[in-house]
Amino acid sequence: MAASNGVTWPADVFREMQAREIKTVCTVPDGGLTQLLKMVDADKGMRLVTLSTEEEGIGIATGQWLGGTRAMIAMQSSGVGNCINALGLPTTFRAPCLMLVTMRGQWGEFNPWQVPMGQAVRPALEAVGVKCFPVDKAEEVGEVFAAAADIAFHGLLSAAVLISQRVIGAKGFGQK
Amino acid sequence: MSTPTPNKIQRRPFVAELLKHRGDALVVPGLGSPTWDIFAAGDSPEYLYSWGGMGLAVPTALGIALAQPKRRVLALTGDGEMMMGIGSLAVVADQAPPNLTILVLDNESFSETGRQRGLSSGRTDLCRVAEGFGIARTMLVTDQERMPELVKFIFTAPGPSFAVAKIAITDDPWRLPEKDGATIARRFRGALGL
Repeated sequence: MAASNGVTWPADVFREMQAREIKTVCTVPDGGLTQLLKMVDADKGMRLVTLSTEEEGIGIATGQWLGGTRAMIAMQSSGVGNCINALGLPTTFRAPCLMLVTMRGQWGEFNPWQVPMGQAVRPALEAVGVKCFPVDKAEEVGEVFAAAADIAFHGLLSAAVLISQRVIGAKGFGQK
Repeated sequence: MSTPTPNKIQRRPFVAELLKHRGDALVVPGLGSPTWDIFAAGDSPEYLYSWGGMGLAVPTALGIALAQPKRRVLALTGDGEMMMGIGSLAVVADQAPPNLTILVLDNESFSETGRQRGLSSGRTDLCRVAEGFGIARTMLVTDQERMPELVKFIFTAPGPSFAVAKIAITDDPWRLPEKDGATIARRFRGALGL
């Protein structure tokens, strides 16, 4: 897979998804996910499910596992808050749940509206039993994603990969 | 706080009659009353009982329908549960699984929590909402005599489709199925050969 703008982690994640037969990606999109979502959308063997709110993805991914296939949910950190009650579903069913979260509200954030939820992502996820895998180096995203996917699908647990804003790059809105 | 409705359909005999005709359809009930209704009609590993996760019946049923395209999937939920996950109807319309049907048992109230008035008791028309989201096939049922038509609509006509049954507020005895989620999931997957 050709890298775009020298960014290679989306292709790394895509490769690890394919190796594990994760064929459905449920998402409310984020800028940091653009390249990965394009790859999924372009692949005829995969399904991109656009959501109205992130918690729907928790239900859909749980349903996919109940029906014998694998899915994941990709979202911006602000969407994590929408998922908290829903995360009781896979936990109670003892179903796997794999989340890929691109972080806002941390490294070099310009927009103060992103900060409260961004700072609460990890404690909120851990409070409902989700194993968190933060990663702040682009070259490590693929292997961290693979590790989280394996603990989710083999351990029948909920796991979230939290890709730092340091990897994505802060959105500066053209301001100094 | 609660408002009596003129709805006639009695939920327990209605659901029991409907399920007699389900064939091998998988049933994903919403939490609470719809789960008690289907268990009252009989137990099956193909019933994914729910005691929580309000708003997730349709998304969960959608995930199952996409994973099991050869099986009919029925999301059987209440009006409050449907309203909480109402945006998921846009996702259903977008994915358009032909094997998914949604049936809302609409008593226009939050009957589990004390019969407080629900949002479908007034100006909100759930079938029109579903149509607006892009689910073209909808059906409103106010009388159990339309059961044969509803059975065809739900279990054999192409989906995705969306039906509303206007049900009475009734006093029904608790019928509580298995509540351990891991057990419910294991037997559901087992019934699919997984």
